[in-house]
Amino acid sequence: MLEFDFPPLQPMIFSVTSLSNYLREVLETDEILKDVWVRGEISNFSQPRSGHLYFTLKDNEAQLRCVMWKSQTFRLRFDPKDGQMVEAHGAMSFYPAGGQVQLYIDAMQPVGEGQLYQEFLRLKARLEAEGLFAAELKRPLPELPRHIGVVTSPSGAALQDILNTLRRRLPLARVTLAPTPVQGAEAPAGIVSALKSLNSLPDLDLIILARGGGSIEDLWSFNDEAVAYAIRASRVPVISGVGHETDFTIADFAADLRAPTPTAAAELATPITSADLAAELLSINQNLSASLKNKLTILRQQLLLAENRLQRHSPAQRVRTFLQFQDETRERLERAMSHYLAQHQLKLQNQIDRLESVSPMAVLRRGFAIVSDAQSQQLISRRKQTHPNQPIQIQLSDGKIAATISGDTP
Amino acid sequence: MTDQPTPSFETAFAALQQIIIQLENTELPLEEALKLYEEGRRLSDLCSQLLETAQLRVETLSANATAEREAA
Repeated sequence: MLEFDFPPLQPMIFSVTSLSNYLREVLETDEILKDVWVRGEISNFSQPRSGHLYFTLKDNEAQLRCVMWKSQTFRLRFDPKDGQMVEAHGAMSFYPAGGQVQLYIDAMQPVGEGQLYQEFLRLKARLEAEGLFAAELKRPLPELPRHIGVVTSPSGAALQDILNTLRRRLPLARVTLAPTPVQGAEAPAGIVSALKSLNSLPDLDLIILARGGGSIEDLWSFNDEAVAYAIRASRVPVISGVGHETDFTIADFAADLRAPTPTAAAELATPITSADLAAELLSINQNLSASLKNKLTILRQQLLLAENRLQRHSPAQRVRTFLQFQDETRERLERAMSHYLAQHQLKLQNQIDRLESVSPMAVLRRGFAIVSDAQSQQLISRRKQTHPNQPIQIQLSDGKIAATISGDTP
Repeated sequence: MTDQPTPSFETAFAALQQIIIQLENTELPLEEALKLYEEGRRLSDLCSQLLETAQLRVETLSANATAEREAA
């Protein structure tokens, strides 16, 4: 309230601008008005090119001008329209140019959402206390799922996103869709039943539970405790991909893995893609050849070693060794023999020489002669064995001659 | 052997990996190693072929089947 200390006779006169500015200052510094929630119905809603939202909130007896700057609107999780009951949060201020007191909104939700959120928090706290979200309950996902179950609406974009992703990443896989409504009163029971049905497939490896983006009410079926229990009761791991990145549901907390979107769920379900497998196969092929080559190299080396050892023990080698020994022996034998012969040759020669030296022939060579009677062959060594005209034989060193004694005889 | 249905990629791939491990064992007799190698090549070709020709198979559980399963 404005209070004046001076007499009314001289009233203080504001300019419109300064009064407006003062009013704005008052409004903006008020503890309640600068941080306030208000509930009302939207009317006169408009969103010009600027992207800012202008509308009026009203109830039966009053209305309030509202502005929401474009920079704040990205947080809106619904499309505001006329007639909608909302709860808006912001600060009151005065817009001097328009002469209007306005609410500058920074957050807004449909009426009831706040209540839903409280409900969500209560359920989450209860299930958490029951241990339903415990980290040790989370099952590991198969690296290479062969059979993937999908729980979602058969007509939703989520299904197409999932199928396209799986087709692109792992067309080897088999997909079984368990169709169910994913919003509305029947959705929770449908989801539970779909999870159960898939679990009766003996070869199923994994379940993707998905739904495209929507308002918090649209996603509400995934904040159902029966759904949470069915997820934990599943024999195979469950990946949840519900709404957008910013949406967290009870199903997400109960799931073995939470994916931000249906597409991301399909990606997380297939950590190994066909391309990875093809690359792995290539390297295995190389390994295979390398292993065999390696094996052959080792065997070849072993063979070589064995051959060498065999060679050393072969009979042929023994024969060669023996033959060499034989040759050496024979050489020794021959050397010994020739030595022996030489020795004896020498001895023989000595004997021969000695023999020679005593032979009569040797005497003859020195000029002596042997004289014998030509008829009787008697050697004549004395004069009395001779008589005149006696025919004699004279043996010289190189032959005999015949002669007759002509001289005197005794 | 030829009477058997085509194994799944996973089966063939697992068998292939097993063969590599066996082949890396140098104690293996040569003849067996050669046999394993041939089998490995065959499985590897099969895997490649399965990868190349794979198409996502999509089946839908009918609502009736779902109900029946529940009844069972």
